[in-house]
Amino acid sequence: MYESYLDETHTAIRESVRTFVKREVEPYLDEWEDAELFPREIYTKAAEAGFLALGYPEQYGGVECDYFHRLVQAEEFCKAGSLGLVAGLFSLNIALPPILAVGSEEQKQRFIPPVLAGEKIAALGITEPNTGSDVANIQTTAVRVGNHYVVNGAKTFITSGCRADYVTTAVRTGGPGHEGVSLLVIESSTPGFTVANKIRKMGWNASDTAELSFVDCRVPVENLLGGEGQGFQAIMHNFMDERLSMAVMGYACAELAYELTLDYARQREAFGRPLTGFQVSRHKLVDMATQVQVAKSFCYAVAARIQAGDMPITEVSMAKNFACDVADKVCYEAVQLHGGYGYAREYTVERLYRDTRILSLGGGTTEIMKEIIAKYLGI
Amino acid sequence: MKIAVLVKRVPDTTSVFKIADDNASVVTDNLKYVMSPYDEYAMEAAIQLREAGQAEEVIVVSLGDESCKETMRTALAMGADSGLLVKCDGAGPTSRGVAEALAAALKNVGASLILAGKQAVDDDASQVAERIAELLDCPHASVVSRMELVGDTLTVDREIEGGKYTLELPLPAVVSIEKGINTPRYPTLPNIMKAKRKAIEEQDINALGLDAAVLASHITVEAMALPRQERLTNVLEGDNETRVATLVKALREEEKVL
Repeated sequence: MYESYLDETHTAIRESVRTFVKREVEPYLDEWEDAELFPREIYTKAAEAGFLALGYPEQYGGVECDYFHRLVQAEEFCKAGSLGLVAGLFSLNIALPPILAVGSEEQKQRFIPPVLAGEKIAALGITEPNTGSDVANIQTTAVRVGNHYVVNGAKTFITSGCRADYVTTAVRTGGPGHEGVSLLVIESSTPGFTVANKIRKMGWNASDTAELSFVDCRVPVENLLGGEGQGFQAIMHNFMDERLSMAVMGYACAELAYELTLDYARQREAFGRPLTGFQVSRHKLVDMATQVQVAKSFCYAVAARIQAGDMPITEVSMAKNFACDVADKVCYEAVQLHGGYGYAREYTVERLYRDTRILSLGGGTTEIMKEIIAKYLGI
Repeated sequence: MKIAVLVKRVPDTTSVFKIADDNASVVTDNLKYVMSPYDEYAMEAAIQLREAGQAEEVIVVSLGDESCKETMRTALAMGADSGLLVKCDGAGPTSRGVAEALAAALKNVGASLILAGKQAVDDDASQVAERIAELLDCPHASVVSRMELVGDTLTVDREIEGGKYTLELPLPAVVSIEKGINTPRYPTLPNIMKAKRKAIEEQDINALGLDAAVLASHITVEAMALPRQERLTNVLEGDNETRVATLVKALREEEKVL
């Protein structure tokens, strides 16, 4: 039912990702999860295989493609069974779009190619200890002194933040409210930039998540994206893509959890017959499959609208809520059907259960999504 | 110089296989197909020779129905210049017929080097490359893990029990490749796009002038069975008391015989 969106080039991309995952990820994944970090060389390996460049203009080292090439690539990376890997490896996809959208030609030339080549790591720094989706209230300040902005404040929950070279950072250059918000690309080598803490998490363990501190961090004015006060719009625009990609993570993980559980239920015997021989298990599996397909097809429909040039903010928010809720439910049932083994680290569903929990929190909580939807529906 | 690479479309070995009701074939519904992994190494070896300026053209050759084109597109996306599909519908011939048909088709290709995987991972017969070499009257080396071309002489290492066997082959030659000779590249999107525009020529298997008897199968599959799942041996550790306790626990909880 997805054929109308895809052709053989999408299948081919999927194949490339599968081969990469089989060769470069699967043998080491458990190790990375335990170490709470995947090695930095995976960025260069993924770049060499052409995965980081997808969707960026050629003049910056990118490969232009349609929305579904990126979508199937993301789906297939999720099938590796570690959302931490996906979130960390592709943090560039939330860090670079604002540079592409409002940055100058010089900034694009400077920041984008090294990241697409896997040589530099990019992260997005919006969330603060006391500010999440209410971006208009961020407290980190950037005061212009001569040719520099002097940045003071803190950011938290920054994916790839512990080893990022560039952090696309939301700062307050003006007065209160959204008009005072700007975006600065802060290089981690800048004095005054420190990784205050590597946050230990319930899931997404293969990725690093940072608390960042800025103390009199002097950032050249050339690193300001767009003009002062232009940050808020760029951040809001960026959210749409991030939210849909979290929805993709949601149904892709749910689909994997379903597939793994189906295999398990066919093999595992209880009271003399396979689990699939019990009506209660069959119905559970059917519910899982149904939820996955409904979430996936809605996401594809929304992606098609983005591809056509629309900004379907309401539908993206709905897709995120629905698909991430499906991920929670399906992964819950996956663990349930696995019984005790579902609680054991050696079974992938155990990781999926932990990894998907963040999806209803990050990029705007379910409740924030509902407020956005309510506003757009005029409720 | 032209290099022909033989590729086969095979079921992904990570699929879950089921034996059909006839007890002599595999259920093919819902199977995922890929290029036989050893063929990927052969493809990569060919492209590397072209990139090193030692070959001008790489042509991917396959035998099968229309669906083989999908596998050939992967080879084209890896870097092959064009494709030749020897087309047949249905199950197609067995190893001998495949070799006869490919050898006949290859006569018109004019390749100085024919590369293939050391075997296909579906039937693991390891026959086609060897038979083609015989039919084309070419030297052949199998299970090759290193290859070096100087002028018209190919030096190869064959993997043998406990060592390597180095051979020199004059071109034209047929070489089948072992895994590990290189790292096959990933088809990237720009190359996947380019592959869409590359030509795949079709050659009807029945128009090669081969005797029907040559193409007919000489093999009858009597029965097929999945490998028996071996139990893992569990060596009990500790003193006698502990070992007995562990054994009783296992007999009760795992084997459920007590």
